[in-house]
Amino acid sequence: MIWVSWRQFRPQAIVAAAALAVIAVLLAATGPGIVSSYRSAGLATCHVNCGASASNFINGVGGLDQALFNATIVIGYLAPALIGIFYGAPLIAREFEAGTYRIAWNQSVTRARWTAIKLGLVGLVGVAAAGLLSLMVSWWANPIDQAAGLGGSASLQRLDPLVFNARGVAPLGYAAFAFAAGVTAGVLLRRTLPAMAITLVVFAAVQFAMPTLVRPHLLPPAHTTAPLNAQSAGISITGNPGSPPVIRVTGNFSKPGAWVLSDATITPSGAALTKPPAACLGPGQNAGPQSSAGGPGQCISALVDMHLRQYVAYQPASRFWPLQGIETGIYLILATGLGVVCGWQVRRKRP
Amino acid sequence: MTNATAVLDARNLGRRYGRRWALSDCTLSVPAGHVAGLVGPNGAGKTTLLNLATGMLAPTTGTIEVLGGTPASGPQQLARVGYVAQDTPTYAGLTVADHLRFGRHMNPGWDDELAQRRIEQLDLDPQQKAGKLSGGQRAQLALTLALAKRPQLLILDEPIASLDPLARREFLQVLMDATAEQELSVVMSSHLVADLERVSDYLIVLVASRVRIDGEVDDLLAAHHLLSGPRRDAASLPSSQQVITESHTDRQSTFLVRSSEPVIDPAWTVDQVSLEDLVLAYMGRAAAGAPQGRMLEVKQ
Repeated sequence: MIWVSWRQFRPQAIVAAAALAVIAVLLAATGPGIVSSYRSAGLATCHVNCGASASNFINGVGGLDQALFNATIVIGYLAPALIGIFYGAPLIAREFEAGTYRIAWNQSVTRARWTAIKLGLVGLVGVAAAGLLSLMVSWWANPIDQAAGLGGSASLQRLDPLVFNARGVAPLGYAAFAFAAGVTAGVLLRRTLPAMAITLVVFAAVQFAMPTLVRPHLLPPAHTTAPLNAQSAGISITGNPGSPPVIRVTGNFSKPGAWVLSDATITPSGAALTKPPAACLGPGQNAGPQSSAGGPGQCISALVDMHLRQYVAYQPASRFWPLQGIETGIYLILATGLGVVCGWQVRRKRP
Repeated sequence: MTNATAVLDARNLGRRYGRRWALSDCTLSVPAGHVAGLVGPNGAGKTTLLNLATGMLAPTTGTIEVLGGTPASGPQQLARVGYVAQDTPTYAGLTVADHLRFGRHMNPGWDDELAQRRIEQLDLDPQQKAGKLSGGQRAQLALTLALAKRPQLLILDEPIASLDPLARREFLQVLMDATAEQELSVVMSSHLVADLERVSDYLIVLVASRVRIDGEVDDLLAAHHLLSGPRRDAASLPSSQQVITESHTDRQSTFLVRSSEPVIDPAWTVDQVSLEDLVLAYMGRAAAGAPQGRMLEVKQ
């Protein structure tokens, strides 16, 4: 049965192996260069106030390396989806389409075992491929991730949703889930192409919902409320004619590597700042501090007088692995549940 | 109540698809050691019955036992039943040799020597992809796969319906050789009575889920007589002669009767019945008024 599953799956396995090999060669060729420039930037031994040199290092990553970095993120998103579409969806749907399930189910192997071994073997290969990819990418991008964690970038830290999905163990969970979703769609629809389409839609929806709706709450976010230093804060006031101007005071929250979930300027009562002080408003409806009567200085001192505070909810950098672990667990549980549904469905399937 | 020597034993068996009954209240017992032909019009429930026998389907009502066990209840039961499905599916992307390897890996009782020999006899190229085989070759490959797992019962669902006459004949020849060699019971459905006639020694006529008649072909043929003679009424025949069909002209009557005793009335011309006549008679009787042409496609 293992040979049978392997024989049927061989072409797809070869494609994955070839793709991984190409990626491995590219990453192995460019990885050492990134490590050495990371070292020469002194970041390997830097412990305090490394933000500036980390930022320099990240800005210095360019050309092929930058393209590769972006590509690995895209591949990180794509790989589990491809596993679901090309490994999962056809796995059993193709047997229905070609009618070969009628041979398969009449050998000396029960349907339950047939399903379990097919799912287990191909699923394992898919998960292993995703794991290998993540391992290679995580190794290659490690200097950049470290530099971002030191404050070198506001958007490339590992906890940022864009990067998070292509690092660590989470891709294993994504691959397992996408694969199981593909197989389930194939079993329910009995057609490969519609199953592939459904797999893509479902997986994309879940991958969108996870970082936006679920991941921020997997662990209770940390939060700080700090007095706002209006002198150093960035102030922007925008507005459209006819509507009240929106004021935004960007604080100087600084926790390298943290994933900021919400950042609000609040008044001492705890309410969000909605109405800018008069000193910040010019004669026009949407005028900013530049055009206000007293100039920017008066606006800032008016803001200082309001005793504004900055409220930030965030996941600190140290939560990377706990969040990865929890999320991987969730996806693995979902995948297992779908696997059970598949087994049950195959058992009660009729010709 | 289980008949120990029955390869297939159905009691009040029924299967419903949604609101439509594909098979209902079917009671049937096929003894071991026969090549049983299952014949009936399209929609009689033949495929449904065979799907229930292989465990591809679960019954909605009633019970079915195959070789004394519940169909597809476990690896042992699966190993004892070989199945050649309708249209004889094979894996288009796998070679002939791959199919044999498939069989070996999927069946502990696999007889590789037998499989190799058959492929050789059939003159199939082991490296040929199954998708490139002709319909007849594909059917032979499917049959080889089913035979080499060494089943006690081989079930075939219209395996030759789509083959040309030559391929059909070859397929049946291989099947007959195998049953002689392997001490195999066979249940094969077909709507081609002439093909069944060649291989079957047991006949089941299934019409609208009901078994109209079943038994060994020789016994059935011996017990049925075609009587023709001067016109007379069916009621005037002796009670030992059960009228299956009758037809009358102004002066002549023709009866197909079932009788265990020889017909000795000198008024009759007594003729042997062919299997095809017999099948048509029972199906025609069941149809009771439906045009026979619609009930049976005799592709000859």
